[in-house]
Amino acid sequence: MSKFRKKKKGMPAVNTAALPDIVFMLLFFFMVTTTMRETDLKIDNPRLPSASEVKKLEHKSLVSTIYVGKAKDLKYGTSYNRIQLNDKIGTAEDVPAFIINARSKVSEAEVPFMTTSIKADKESSVGTITDIRLKLRDVNALKISYSASKTAD
Amino acid sequence: MARRENPEINAGSMADIAFLLLIFFLVTTTMNVDSGVSKKLSEKPPADYVPPVIKEKNIFEVNINRNNELLVEGERMEIKNLKEAAIAFIDNGGGEGKVENGVATGPCNYCKGERSESSSDHPNKAIISVQSDRLTEYGTYLTVQDQLLRAYSELRNRLSLEKYQTPFSELEEAYKKDKENESLKKKVEGIKTSYPQIISDAEPTN
Repeated sequence: MSKFRKKKKGMPAVNTAALPDIVFMLLFFFMVTTTMRETDLKIDNPRLPSASEVKKLEHKSLVSTIYVGKAKDLKYGTSYNRIQLNDKIGTAEDVPAFIINARSKVSEAEVPFMTTSIKADKESSVGTITDIRLKLRDVNALKISYSASKTAD
Repeated sequence: MARRENPEINAGSMADIAFLLLIFFLVTTTMNVDSGVSKKLSEKPPADYVPPVIKEKNIFEVNINRNNELLVEGERMEIKNLKEAAIAFIDNGGGEGKVENGVATGPCNYCKGERSESSSDHPNKAIISVQSDRLTEYGTYLTVQDQLLRAYSELRNRLSLEKYQTPFSELEEAYKKDKENESLKKKVEGIKTSYPQIISDAEPTN
């Protein structure tokens, strides 16, 4: 009979030796996939158009990004033509100041390699983009990249 | 019926499971890399700049109206046909190339076009002009740009395959890895100047 009585001896402790492994795994996973955003988006995340002839943007520190899209704050209206520079909504008139400010952060030798990435929503109008482009040309920021997602074909 | 005393859960394979998951996520996650269609703006012309006279036949006119419809060389066109039309125009090779640093490039001997009198003379003379309305959707505008760039890359690719038996993208990739390689540089630049990308953005209409 003693054989039957023995099972009433409390639960065995779950082995937690592998717990660190799991935690590290999660940690690495998030470390790898997280991309830091330096500025808060004041506009809705732009729905990027897609294109097949895209090139990767290299040298992140030399890229300044201009966002174009619908403002989150309704006081700016609901059109898709609001421009965000750094962390506030601006107009095309503010673009030269933005570029000059970005230039002051890198060494002079690197200035010709600076690229302006335009992240615009696909419903933005070409007029807004043209205004930005003209302003960029005024301050001689000639390398631009129209941000787009890559299509298979 | 006898039960053994408190068997411990075997955790020896836990690490294997953890690694399996880790590798699974590593493989399936796509990191969002910033990518885009790159373009170089033309410099601001000086105040007294007189634009050169360009023959009508060397200009390929693309108009996009505010309803996102395409007008190419005066005719309506679907976006999916734009690439073929652009290739036909660029690759026409109907005449002499432009004179560069006093050296005439002569007729296009690698072109496979129709050599029609009414279309472009030479790829280095062929200009694509894109005009859009201010209210055109940006998505459409970029698709058009993309199609035009694809036309160029298709032509470059064809020439590269013919001359060096390698696709142009591979040639470019190899050059990027080995910037010192003079012969590669010559090849890449040779193909680029054979089919230079001349896409100009006209002032948008209101």
